[in-house]
Amino acid sequence: MFEFSTKAKQLAIGLTAVGAILWVVGFAMNGSSSHEADHGHDAHATEMHAEHENDYPGEAHASMIESSIAADAHAEAGHDAHAEEAHDAHAEHENDYPGEAHASMIESSIAADARAEHVHHQQQNRPWSALYVAAIFFLGLGLGQLFFLAIQYIAQAGWSAGLLRVMEAQAFTIIIPLIVIALITFLGLGHVHHMFHWMVEGINIEGHKNYDEIIAGKRGFLNPTFFIIRVLVYIGGWVWAARMLRKNSLLSDTGDGVEMWKKNRKVGAIFTVFYAVTSSTSAWDLIMSIDTHWFSTLFGWYTFAGMFVSSFAATILVTLYLKSKGLLEWVNYNHIHDLGKFMFAFSVFWTYLWFSQFVLIWYANIPEEVTYYMQRWDQYKVPFFTMLSLNFIFPVLAILSRPAKRVPGTLVMAAVFVLVGHYMDHYVMIMPGTVGDQYGFGLVELGPILFFAGLFIYVMLSNLAKAPLLHKNHPMMVESKHFQQ
Amino acid sequence: MGHTKHNAIVRALFNDDDIVLSAVKDLRANGFHVSEVYSPFPIHGLDEAMGLKRTRLSTAAFCYGLTGLFFASWLTYYTMIMDWPQNIGGKPNSMWFLNMPSFVPVMFELTVFFAAHLMCWSYFAVNGLYPGAKAQNPDPRTTDDHFLMEVELEGDEDALNKKLKDLGALEISKIEA
Repeated sequence: MFEFSTKAKQLAIGLTAVGAILWVVGFAMNGSSSHEADHGHDAHATEMHAEHENDYPGEAHASMIESSIAADAHAEAGHDAHAEEAHDAHAEHENDYPGEAHASMIESSIAADARAEHVHHQQQNRPWSALYVAAIFFLGLGLGQLFFLAIQYIAQAGWSAGLLRVMEAQAFTIIIPLIVIALITFLGLGHVHHMFHWMVEGINIEGHKNYDEIIAGKRGFLNPTFFIIRVLVYIGGWVWAARMLRKNSLLSDTGDGVEMWKKNRKVGAIFTVFYAVTSSTSAWDLIMSIDTHWFSTLFGWYTFAGMFVSSFAATILVTLYLKSKGLLEWVNYNHIHDLGKFMFAFSVFWTYLWFSQFVLIWYANIPEEVTYYMQRWDQYKVPFFTMLSLNFIFPVLAILSRPAKRVPGTLVMAAVFVLVGHYMDHYVMIMPGTVGDQYGFGLVELGPILFFAGLFIYVMLSNLAKAPLLHKNHPMMVESKHFQQ
Repeated sequence: MGHTKHNAIVRALFNDDDIVLSAVKDLRANGFHVSEVYSPFPIHGLDEAMGLKRTRLSTAAFCYGLTGLFFASWLTYYTMIMDWPQNIGGKPNSMWFLNMPSFVPVMFELTVFFAAHLMCWSYFAVNGLYPGAKAQNPDPRTTDDHFLMEVELEGDEDALNKKLKDLGALEISKIEA
């Protein structure tokens, strides 16, 4: 039986508190600085606002690119001064990539006032986005293992029986990130922040100054009512599965293990089908809809793969922590090795999906698709490449060989790098559409990480402490103890 | 195969993989040298029980894969950039690196191809498996439902025979060195 020591409790609560304070301080500081940026530009900003129809960061980029392309086409006709500028910039960068040419057009064709207005919105979004990135990242840690737990039952897996209690506890860590995600998205619907472009007022009303034809066409899916229903359905379905799998597992300790295992198999089957759909739709809703104009059909899988691999990294860390406390004596290095294999395999799988998404868009070079990567290439080069090497090259080199997956040191190191890499992956997914080039890593980014890390530790360890770590009546417990790979 | 035949060999036939596995563990724990086991299918944990050295095939596979990766990089560079620069879909062809994403599928496939094929051929070569190679199993029943164990005879033959009988051997025979 695991005991949640006071020291660990203090650490978890301390991290949560410090994280919350850092975020609030960062939020307050951010508010005052963006106020300054706002000051003195109001008149011009309003004017540009009308001209550009709306100023949401995601949209801003799309419309800027559109307007600069138009400007380029009409430059000879002397459309306007900005168009000339854009054309010059284009000529200057003739040999560059289309991406770079567009970027320079963006820079030059936008008036400084409009720029200030965008910057203002983007700065306002930053604390919310930073909180959101961390929430999505920590949601993935629990959600991946919830799904994995369900698979263990429906695949009738024997090897993992000794690890199920760890997965159950980890599955419960989805609750707090889900609450925060719901709060942030619902606040967005109330126009508290401007992270989600499609949530802007009048975006679907023809003739409204914010009207956007493309987004209006997506209104059937992206509308507040349906969105709220979907988010509540995700939360309901996922939390239900986590609770049911846990409940039946605990009941089996005092009752019939086989009976409860069968029940969990049913829950697992239902959840897997539910999650097959909701893993994709939730990725569209929660992440892809930030860049509302953009779409990618395998985005859901890509997001899921990232969540799955980071959840294995977390499980490895927790399992090794418990083993270092002398617990989980029935879990040996064959089980750890398998977790390592999963982390390795899904790192490669994540890369495969990332690259599949990237190469098709890069190769086709369709403006409405490729803007997504152009912005990341232009503004996010460092996090973009860092996260690629952390999530692919590093795991391949570090844990490809069999001995490396059986040594706690290399596994811990790989797991930490994978976690950092996937935080950055979510950062690169979310930030460009919400804060543009106004990104950074400061109090508002650090705070949420500590906040959620503290809560993750607290929820995880307190749930581990609530029940014996040995799922003693699991029908395949003996198989798990004898597992050898 | 591969064992040096200084001693006489005792062959014992079994009809269950679990019995073979526990017999191997038992014999080795008692100081006998189990030189070979013939089985119709891989027995989980047998390699460890026999104290076999870990195969170096995985290291070789990594090197083969790396060879494939470099070969693919050179191939794409030579055919697409250097010898006859090709403009496909307007992708940059002045430098290999700029067009690298379009070559990734080729690099991936050739890495897999080299690793898989060369690993296969290495396996055949190391094990002396070539067309027309003579079958090495001493008893054809080991390709069906029996298991044959070879133990080196060191010391008392009767003791070993009794031991093997106790461990569940069905037939025991001796091959002189």
